[in-house]
Amino acid sequence: MTPTIDPLILLLASIFTSNILLSNFLGMCSFISISKDLKAAHGLGLAVIVVMTITSIINWAVYNHILVFFELEYLRYIVFIIVIAAVVQMLEMLIERISPALYMGLGIFLPLITVNCAILGVSLFLQIRNYSIEQSAVYGFGSGAGWWLAILALAAIRKKVDAAPVPAGLKGPGITLIIIGLMAMAFMGFSGMLNVQ
Amino acid sequence: MNLDFLIAPLVVGIIGTVLAGLISLIDLIVNNYGEVKLSINDGKKVVTVKGGAPLLSSLAEHDIFLPSACGGRATCGVCKVKIKSDVGPYLPTELPFMTQGEKQKNIRLSCQVKVKANLELEIPEDLFAIQKYSTTVTSIKDLTPDIKELKLALKDPNQISFKAGQYAQLIIPPYGKIKQFTQRAYSISSSPSDRTSLEFVIRLVPGGIATTYIHTLLKAGDDLELIAPLGDFYLRESEADMLCVAGGSGMAPIKSLLFDMYEKGITKRDVYYFFGAGTAADLFYIDLLKDLEKKWRTFHFIPVVTQMDSNDKWKGETGLVTKPLEDFLAAKIPKQNPKQAYLCGSPGMIDAVIKILTAYEVNKDDIFYDKFS
Repeated sequence: MTPTIDPLILLLASIFTSNILLSNFLGMCSFISISKDLKAAHGLGLAVIVVMTITSIINWAVYNHILVFFELEYLRYIVFIIVIAAVVQMLEMLIERISPALYMGLGIFLPLITVNCAILGVSLFLQIRNYSIEQSAVYGFGSGAGWWLAILALAAIRKKVDAAPVPAGLKGPGITLIIIGLMAMAFMGFSGMLNVQ
Repeated sequence: MNLDFLIAPLVVGIIGTVLAGLISLIDLIVNNYGEVKLSINDGKKVVTVKGGAPLLSSLAEHDIFLPSACGGRATCGVCKVKIKSDVGPYLPTELPFMTQGEKQKNIRLSCQVKVKANLELEIPEDLFAIQKYSTTVTSIKDLTPDIKELKLALKDPNQISFKAGQYAQLIIPPYGKIKQFTQRAYSISSSPSDRTSLEFVIRLVPGGIATTYIHTLLKAGDDLELIAPLGDFYLRESEADMLCVAGGSGMAPIKSLLFDMYEKGITKRDVYYFFGAGTAADLFYIDLLKDLEKKWRTFHFIPVVTQMDSNDKWKGETGLVTKPLEDFLAAKIPKQNPKQAYLCGSPGMIDAVIKILTAYEVNKDDIFYDKFS
């Protein structure tokens, strides 16, 4: 059993030092494709926060109370994905009814999240690291917030880069990947401060 | 017996079932919009549907059929409809199919718009006109050994308006070994001016479900249901010379077209009608069209018989229908005149005719056809 980590530290760690995107490189595809537009990036980021928080709690419960009980830990990949897909589906229906405006904003991003590997990654990390339910909730929320922060930062930078004299061959994904690399290096600067592995 | 291996699939199955149950439950609570009224064309027709479903399928439930090639997956962009009520902003799935003008008129893809509140719609009248009619058979008579003329009187609704050349889907009830309803398309051969009855020319196809029923079982006084009017084979306005080619029961839409033109006074165009039949015994409506030829100066009727029996008294053209067509195109119809062609018959005949027409520089866009299939 890992020593209990203070939830606040876990929160800060998951946002900065072990940012799911920039230190684990999970959730890259939507990170690159949706970061063209700041507003869309913001919407997707919010959706990721919500889905990550909820799925990490549910997956923690499913893993520790069902899979462990039946000694079926090896099924976690399948089960986690089923849970994520179902949660996204339910959220989509709820949001559509409760707030059509938010639904229009998130609309196409919500289903996209089902296949966002960062979500599955968080569920797997919290199981590998033996987090408690509180820690899982905090870690899920923190990772989501970290993802949101990273995509907002990237979207903002890309907006600036749009006006910059980028060599023709590097325009688009090329320069974006270089930016992401630089961002990851910047975030690595945090890594000595906290360690939650 | 050790049944441990069942645990894994059972657990995954149960988790899946519980989640699916939750989704359905939420769907039931959240997507319950109650009864919703759809008012079409300024209240000409009002239907009440259960809210929550896409507009396309909600309308189809009430027998209002918008064309849709992809069946509601937002890939064909055909099911456009004008919605006067506010149904929220355009969805990303709709945008690729919308022009700027369409967006200003709030034309939407009906398969993507969910019905959540009362809506006011505008649907083109001719789409709106597609509906189910119940009819009574007034007469069935032999035209040739294997072609019958079927006359139906409309009961409910008791009037129809259609464009000459369009077709109807006859709904054949179960009979004998056929256990389900069968729908088959037949061109309407009567003129649109007769709004209370419809006429069809139906050739017996050996083994055909619908034609066997019509030829052997159906009799005057029977009820028959149909869906009409359908199809985009109809007269295009033009000054061009008109070439009509039909084989056998392909006579039906062409006859409707010609009589419609004559009745409406569209008689300035030169019209050539090549009608092919197997033997002289397979010709029909000849007197009717010869009469029309006498009354209508620019109409030329050229019946053709493929095979001559020794005892036939036929004095007209012989050979395939394409032969006189080629003769006329080569010698009798001025080459410089623009031409429009209307074809109805077997796929083989149509392909052969199209080949000849294109050889004589008739534009492909000016060739309209109705292939038997």
